[in-house]
Amino acid sequence: MSLSMATPAFLIERNLDRCIHCQVCVRQCANEAHGYDHEEQRVYSDDMRCVNCHRCVVLCPTRALSVRQFPLEFRANANWTAEVIHNIYLQAATGGILLTGMGNDRPYPIYWDHMLINASQVTNPSIDPLREPMELKTFLGRKPEKIVIENGRLKEALPPQLELELPVMFSAMSFGSISLNAMKSLALAAEAEGTYYNTGEGGLHKDLYPLGHRTIVQVASGRFGVHPDYLAAGAAIEIKIGQGAKPGIGGHLPGEKVGREVSETRMIPEGTDALSPAPHHDIYSIEDLRQLIYSLKEATNYSKPVSVKIAAVHNVAAIASGIARAGADIIAIDGYRGGTGATPLRTRDHVGIPIEFALAAVDSRLRDEGIRNQVSLVVAGSIRHSADIVKAVALGADAVYIGSAALIALGCHMCQKCYTGKCNWGIATQDPNLTKRLNPEIGAKRAANLLKAWKHEIKEMLGGMGINALESLRGNRLMLRGIGLTDRELNILGIKAAGE
Amino acid sequence: MVGNDGWARPWELQGNHRREGSKRIPSGCAIAGMINRKGRTMSGVDAIQSIALMHDRSNGLGGGFAAYGIYPEFPEHYAFHLFFDDHKAREQTESFLNQHFNIELGGPIPTRKVVGISGAPLIWRYFAKPKLEQLRVAEMKEDDFVVNMVMFINERLDGAYVFSSGKNMGAFKGVGYPEDIGEFYRLDEYRGYIWTAHGRFPTNTPGWWGGAHPFTLLDLSVVHNGEISSYGANRRFLEMFGYRCTLQTDTEVMTYIFDLLLRRQGLPLETAVKAVAAPFWSTIARMPQAQREVLTAIRTVYSSLLVNGPFSIVLGSSQGIMALNDRVKLRPLVAATKGDLLYVASEESAIREICPKPERVWSPRGGEPVIGMLEDAMPKAVPAPPVTVCHL
Amino acid sequence: MRVTAREEYCAGCRLCEVYCAVSHSPYPADPVKAFRKSPHPPISRVLVEEQRPVSFALQCRHCTEAICVKACITGAMYRDPVTGAVRNQEERCVGCWTCILVCPFGAIRRDEQGKKVAAKCDLCAGAVEPACVKHCPNGALVVEGKGGGLKCM
Repeated sequence: MSLSMATPAFLIERNLDRCIHCQVCVRQCANEAHGYDHEEQRVYSDDMRCVNCHRCVVLCPTRALSVRQFPLEFRANANWTAEVIHNIYLQAATGGILLTGMGNDRPYPIYWDHMLINASQVTNPSIDPLREPMELKTFLGRKPEKIVIENGRLKEALPPQLELELPVMFSAMSFGSISLNAMKSLALAAEAEGTYYNTGEGGLHKDLYPLGHRTIVQVASGRFGVHPDYLAAGAAIEIKIGQGAKPGIGGHLPGEKVGREVSETRMIPEGTDALSPAPHHDIYSIEDLRQLIYSLKEATNYSKPVSVKIAAVHNVAAIASGIARAGADIIAIDGYRGGTGATPLRTRDHVGIPIEFALAAVDSRLRDEGIRNQVSLVVAGSIRHSADIVKAVALGADAVYIGSAALIALGCHMCQKCYTGKCNWGIATQDPNLTKRLNPEIGAKRAANLLKAWKHEIKEMLGGMGINALESLRGNRLMLRGIGLTDRELNILGIKAAGE
Repeated sequence: MVGNDGWARPWELQGNHRREGSKRIPSGCAIAGMINRKGRTMSGVDAIQSIALMHDRSNGLGGGFAAYGIYPEFPEHYAFHLFFDDHKAREQTESFLNQHFNIELGGPIPTRKVVGISGAPLIWRYFAKPKLEQLRVAEMKEDDFVVNMVMFINERLDGAYVFSSGKNMGAFKGVGYPEDIGEFYRLDEYRGYIWTAHGRFPTNTPGWWGGAHPFTLLDLSVVHNGEISSYGANRRFLEMFGYRCTLQTDTEVMTYIFDLLLRRQGLPLETAVKAVAAPFWSTIARMPQAQREVLTAIRTVYSSLLVNGPFSIVLGSSQGIMALNDRVKLRPLVAATKGDLLYVASEESAIREICPKPERVWSPRGGEPVIGMLEDAMPKAVPAPPVTVCHL
Repeated sequence: MRVTAREEYCAGCRLCEVYCAVSHSPYPADPVKAFRKSPHPPISRVLVEEQRPVSFALQCRHCTEAICVKACITGAMYRDPVTGAVRNQEERCVGCWTCILVCPFGAIRRDEQGKKVAAKCDLCAGAVEPACVKHCPNGALVVEGKGGGLKCM
């Protein structure tokens, strides 16, 4: 087939009055969208190759570049949109599954944006976090129903807990899907701000063992990189059942990304595809999960909390209840907007439910069953800013995981091409030419700054509500009001409408 | 709709449709409390006088008192005080009570006519003990059984509301200024070793008598000034332990928190206080290790019971009183002692009004409880004049 | 004091070269003019050496025992006794290229756009931070001898 229907997605606009032909853009584009014509002694662009990652735009010293949607239009059709048509062309040409990266980008309602936060007026003073103490400390792990004190001492020590200085952790992103420098950035930021990052299913690189106490080590269906030292190194262990970007399916790290370091860390041969099965083949039911939870607890002498991460699916409340009863100390729920390095487009965009509903349903169910305090609830799946966090905590979350937001702090521009391995920002790639573009000292500083900024904002909003400790917001749904929601939606979220 | 005499008064709207509980009601208030640590009793006049001085801190939409040691002739009986919307509700409730309790005595609580108090429901009182066979069937301890019964009546029996259920103690409350409420209930005729008092300034009230303070459960009573920003978090945690917060008031939540921690979980009072008004993490970090571990455990396990926002409360029990401020002291609270007497109040003047020369007066720090316990676990109450009761 | 490259973070973008050239041009604040106003692009005194994935920016090491100073036939090349920077006084330079011949790092370049002179890093004399360091997008260039470099948190 010689006929290709492919047309450019983006248009690179070069302001020739400003371009100095310095070739910075040429050197920085791993997709080779820019080139240098030696004969003409000038820089040129190839729109076909552009993924709109903005690397060239940001680095151009004369601001000569911009990128737009390619202005080519089909005859107006609200049903057969350009995207639908292009995807059919692509599949007709290749016969393959459509792949993409990051999270669901469809215009489904964003329920965070349909909730508003309360503030104090007159009857209750608001608190100024710059003058008064304001506490965000959060403990994740199983809480006993009560404590017993004998002779001024605890009769029994608490079960192991993760101690967070703010209710935000970096979500699971594996070494392989992201670069070691990206992992180092997150690990250092977690250390600096008193929180945790998560290895994902890619094992723990030897350079990161010194930060093991800030690491949640994941055990996923592929069991990559799982060995006694790995389990011992982490602060907590997370069993990954599913993730929001691809509920019900496994993972696939192509062999070209499995270089020496990834191969060593994952304990698989260099250059082989790393395939994670869709289910854990030793977990076909809830009692099997219980076995794995207790195997991991046994293996680590009950010294670390065990988390179970699932994707938010229709029956999430019942599943979460089962997980709590199976002995998990933390349940992590990833909503349908959760990001990833690579996922089938149709699964990403059409499977799962919003994290807001999943969280509300799970929190309510666990409370109805009187077991909410036995387990901590961590939610993920497109937490975009501090107000999302405040709303999540008010709905009932103990903490949130951030993935996309953390990567954006490191420089990600959401071009959704993680799966190509050509990330120009040095994040979702293993190409040594590209990974060195992310200096982990700078990355750590930026990720830590984001957490710092959010800490301040959360404190401002808490103070506004007249609350000086985050726990008083947890599950405090009276602090939320819905806007533009149906009765049914309000009911599921367990909140009143604005004005009520 | 029905007056205390049982006659219908259709112009005074009253009843379930105007009960509290459909909306959350924030309020500001005046509180006062006093205890004789030797267990000697005082008449209600002092309590009335003290709270009356803080007239401007309430707005006539609620006042009340709790008194301990007032029923020495029935020390082992649960003294149930109930509001009824009408006699039908009373009859229905009495048949329910008779089914589960042996009622020693029952009848209307004596009141007198007071200008400024109107729209009173039927106010009755019963001295009762649970029937043994009922306890056996329920497989419950006496106290748990009584709590369940109280919750059942308040939630399920239309037009009936138990507002006091302790032994040898009672709450007296209603809609009006507290001094008028005291007069109405003839509290000058009662003698108790502990009195707490409350004047309410709700920002929104249906004018229902049950909504006034104190709020009680068994012998625990709470008078409270403040608005709890953590209400939703506290309430949802308590609901996991079977509490039903039907009134949607902060005081109700506060009572249940102490009931859970003190009675059901058997925690010492100091520990319960640390859960409710927790020290800051920065303070905990400076403590010796053992203490730090205990406080960390309290804040970890009972994080949802931290009461956030401005409050001052007086918690009454048959063993003593405890006054407490929120941890940043956003509401007033003053304490004073003289001899065996401990006084607490929203304002110093309210104490000086009845105790002009206290030995010591201080303003407790946020989160630091003022505790006055009876020196003798079993108070030797001076016999009070017999209360007027009539047989069912 | 000198500028040192951290090879592991050099992205090979060569912005250091661009900004070095700009800052030594008649329009140090305007890259567009700096490049477009003269018939030849301005000369950078820093050069990125590259053999992918290895790349790093190289410039004068400002040697304590500077052989270029010793070799200079006119005495144009000198070492500033205060700052320790090795500089070329362009008005005395005759463009004989002896310094280029002897420099073991290849850090001196020929500037033949006007009068022939040897062009080399002068640590952006007078600037708080050399232009290459200031504009490196990845912290791959650090000033050494001033406790430079990014601090790890």
